Amino acid sequence: MANYSWPEMKSRKVIGQRLSRLDGIEKSSGKAKYTSDLMPNGLLHAVLLSSPHAHAIVRSIDTSEAEKMPGVKSVRVVAKAGTEVQWAGAEIAYVAATSEPQARDAARAIKVNYEVLPHFVKEDQITRAGNRAKAAGEQVTGDVDQGFKDAAVTTEGEYAIPVITHCCLEPHGQMIEWKGEQINYYPSTQNVSGIGGDLARSLNVPASQIKVHMDHIGGGFGAKFPSDNWGKECANMSKDAGGAPVRMYLDRAQELTIAGVRPSHFAKIKLGAKADGTLTAWESTSWSTGGFTGGGMAPLPYVFTNMPNKRLNHTAVSINGGGARAWRAPNHPQASFLTCAALEDIAAKLNLDPIEVFSKNVQFTPRAETYIRQLKRAAVMIDWQKNWHPRGKGASGNLKRGLGIGIATWGGLGHASRCLAKINADGTVEVMMGTQDLGTGTRTCISQVVSETLGVPMNMVVVRIGDNSYPASGASGGSTTIGGISASSRKAAAEALDQLLDLVAPQLGVPKDQLQAVDSRIFVKGNPDKAISWKAACQKLGPKSIEATGENNPKQPGGLINQGVGGIQMADVTVDIETGVVRMNKMVAVQDCGLIVNPKLAESQVNGACIMSICAALMEERVMDNVTGRVLNADMEFYKLAGIKDIGEIQVEMEIDEVNDKRGVIGLGEPCAVGGVAAIANAVANAIGVRVPSVPVTPDRVLSALYGNRMERLA
Amino acid sequence: MSDHQDLKNPRPAVSRRGFVQGAGAVTGAVALMEEEAQAQAAGKVMGPAAMAITLTVNGKPLKVTVEPRETLLDTLRHKLEHTGAKRVCDRGTCGACTVIVNNKVSYACTMLAVDAVGKKIQTIESLTANGKTHPIVPAFHNNDAQQCGYCTPGFVMAAKGFLDRNPNPTYEQVKDGLGGNLCRCGTYVGVRQAVLEAAKKLKA
Ligand code: FES
Ligand code: FES
Repeated sequence: MANYSWPEMKSRKVIGQRLSRLDGIEKSSGKAKYTSDLMPNGLLHAVLLSSPHAHAIVRSIDTSEAEKMPGVKSVRVVAKAGTEVQWAGAEIAYVAATSEPQARDAARAIKVNYEVLPHFVKEDQITRAGNRAKAAGEQVTGDVDQGFKDAAVTTEGEYAIPVITHCCLEPHGQMIEWKGEQINYYPSTQNVSGIGGDLARSLNVPASQIKVHMDHIGGGFGAKFPSDNWGKECANMSKDAGGAPVRMYLDRAQELTIAGVRPSHFAKIKLGAKADGTLTAWESTSWSTGGFTGGGMAPLPYVFTNMPNKRLNHTAVSINGGGARAWRAPNHPQASFLTCAALEDIAAKLNLDPIEVFSKNVQFTPRAETYIRQLKRAAVMIDWQKNWHPRGKGASGNLKRGLGIGIATWGGLGHASRCLAKINADGTVEVMMGTQDLGTGTRTCISQVVSETLGVPMNMVVVRIGDNSYPASGASGGSTTIGGISASSRKAAAEALDQLLDLVAPQLGVPKDQLQAVDSRIFVKGNPDKAISWKAACQKLGPKSIEATGENNPKQPGGLINQGVGGIQMADVTVDIETGVVRMNKMVAVQDCGLIVNPKLAESQVNGACIMSICAALMEERVMDNVTGRVLNADMEFYKLAGIKDIGEIQVEMEIDEVNDKRGVIGLGEPCAVGGVAAIANAVANAIGVRVPSVPVTPDRVLSALYGNRMERLA
Repeated sequence: MSDHQDLKNPRPAVSRRGFVQGAGAVTGAVALMEEEAQAQAAGKVMGPAAMAITLTVNGKPLKVTVEPRETLLDTLRHKLEHTGAKRVCDRGTCGACTVIVNNKVSYACTMLAVDAVGKKIQTIESLTANGKTHPIVPAFHNNDAQQCGYCTPGFVMAAKGFLDRNPNPTYEQVKDGLGGNLCRCGTYVGVRQAVLEAAKKLKA
């Protein structure tokens, strides 16, 4: 068996380099083909007719007129008579036609009779939820009453973080060709190896009939794992149309209404602490919704899990709204916001610096040392000492500056992954894996690992991913990809090299374990002159090539991968107390994540996560309308995302050092997307002297937190 | 009871597509008169049937048959194999569909294909045509101004148009100049650096 362990940090040549992504030029020149860009000859365009009602029974549906319309090739009813529709936007029918306008015309011509039923779409007031609310039951640890008695101060606060959507720029959808026995499936997915089986199950055909291919995906963030009903109907439409390729992507309103949301979280939190800030008791009553099936429960208290004396009551609320899907770090940003806001509020009441209070309580986390180190570092990066002031005690005038902290944790253990590596007689290398590159740089990282392992330049390595005919690799979710793919490609390449060394060892006159492959040469360790070039070595293969597989098994990490990280983010904002506008000055992120294959790409991910946090902290919210039961802002002008001007400066520090490095590769996508909302919300409280209880912290909320009572009196 | 989604339950906002479709028939008299005047000026009323037009894309005349209601974006993507421009919001908010029309940075989703006749349309594909690469392309690559990359072609075109007008931009101007594009992955830090780098390269 080959030696898999990572080479010493200092001796690495490719891993750890700040390299640009392999598919960068392809993307920035517009040549990268997403599945939504595939326009083969004879393509049919399909559209979805969705329900205008949040709750209704379909009494009848008549497609006869639609079927006769020009260009129409297939009409498929999803909601047959008798179907109870539980949210606006729910699938009613699909139409495929020669052109998209024709398909839309025909969809409009479908006659649906609905019996409209009462709906419930807003969960902000739990008292109105009635039997829509399902309590999870009380969880108690320790002696909560005693904990509050031991406290020098207690605080009680109400906090809310709303439902937001993934808003992937490439909508959900696919192109499908169902020809005879074979289904060619081109989805936009985070799950190349698994999605074919998923579609096969829904179509009731053997998985072997489904060929999946996807080169690029325009955003997923957790919302693109299953084949979905639109996958099934798209396949059926292709079949109806005699195997013609059919493309069906949600339109923007549908994407923001039915393609997944992050659950909301509302909480009343009572906290007790000693005079030095040490927490003594926690009590929370919380509720959330993720749509019709209710909502997930945020892990409270977040990170400070080992604190004594906790009482938790959570209730899941069902609403008539599109369902939840995993959203980059499921439940963590909500939990981080709720916990850090309460913690910052008690620090303010104690007149303590929140860094001191966070530091006092890291004893209740699984990684106290990490957080202490990160708090110190982030404080330097944001110039805490100079810029922080006690809550609301900043400069006079209308522009108030403030700083805040957010905390994060995540697992990030690599998923199951298999890789096939091939060394050809001309010295080129091919690596094949049924994984996907979400824009995190998966392709590039695989190439770096293989290049490092074989000692050949990256341009000798061809990485083939995005196809389910390659060895299966896990879905990209939960920050599991980088661990999975770097371990499997390391092992596959090491095994392949081992076979090549078998071939050249006799010529170099030493056992193969004394050979080393570096800089396109294979040489005897400690005697670099005794060598054979990579090319010459590979020529020995003659007409053959070497093929080897490598597998990552998360249950046997073997020192290559690991899990469990911490991160601290801090925000610096300025709030105009006349207009309520919050301006980002700066955000800093300090993140540990083990061995980092490519710091440049890792930093990009953290930058992006900070920006996503700015969106969620200051702008993003799905707004439901009580009257119509619909999403009011299912578009991109009123479902707001930050633009390039809104983000201030962002400074990221990946903790790259020998100690972290020795842990092995750990996932990064989620942990960096957690703490930012808390940091920004806390910075606003620090700036203006009062807590704005709900995010996003919009100008109206700032003003009502500041002047609420007065404005009510004036009204 | 409702039998027709769009008529009985109009969406709260008038979508651009709906507006374009309805413009000739249901809008007010003033709009109607303007419409007629334009049609007369053009010599004939267009549509609703599909019609043959020629678009000048990246210097090449391309013949294509479109319905008058089709956007330039859909025509480029669905019929002319120019899929660099992306359809995201489809109503002039996000910039993913950015092209340059008669030297003006434009959202291809808010322009009808028939209105682009006779105009110079430049798409992202032109930046790497004829074996030449515009410096903005490698600048995005070098500064990792992309993740999933779906917003990237739009950003690159917006950046090109911006640099054409502002060859010596300051950092603050870059932030202002690219405010018409949105990225979900959060690549703005790289985009700012990319535009500054490209500006330097273009001067050299
Ligand atoms: S797709 Fe044209 S601006 Fe968004
Ligand atoms: S890179 Fe993904 S949307 Fe911008």
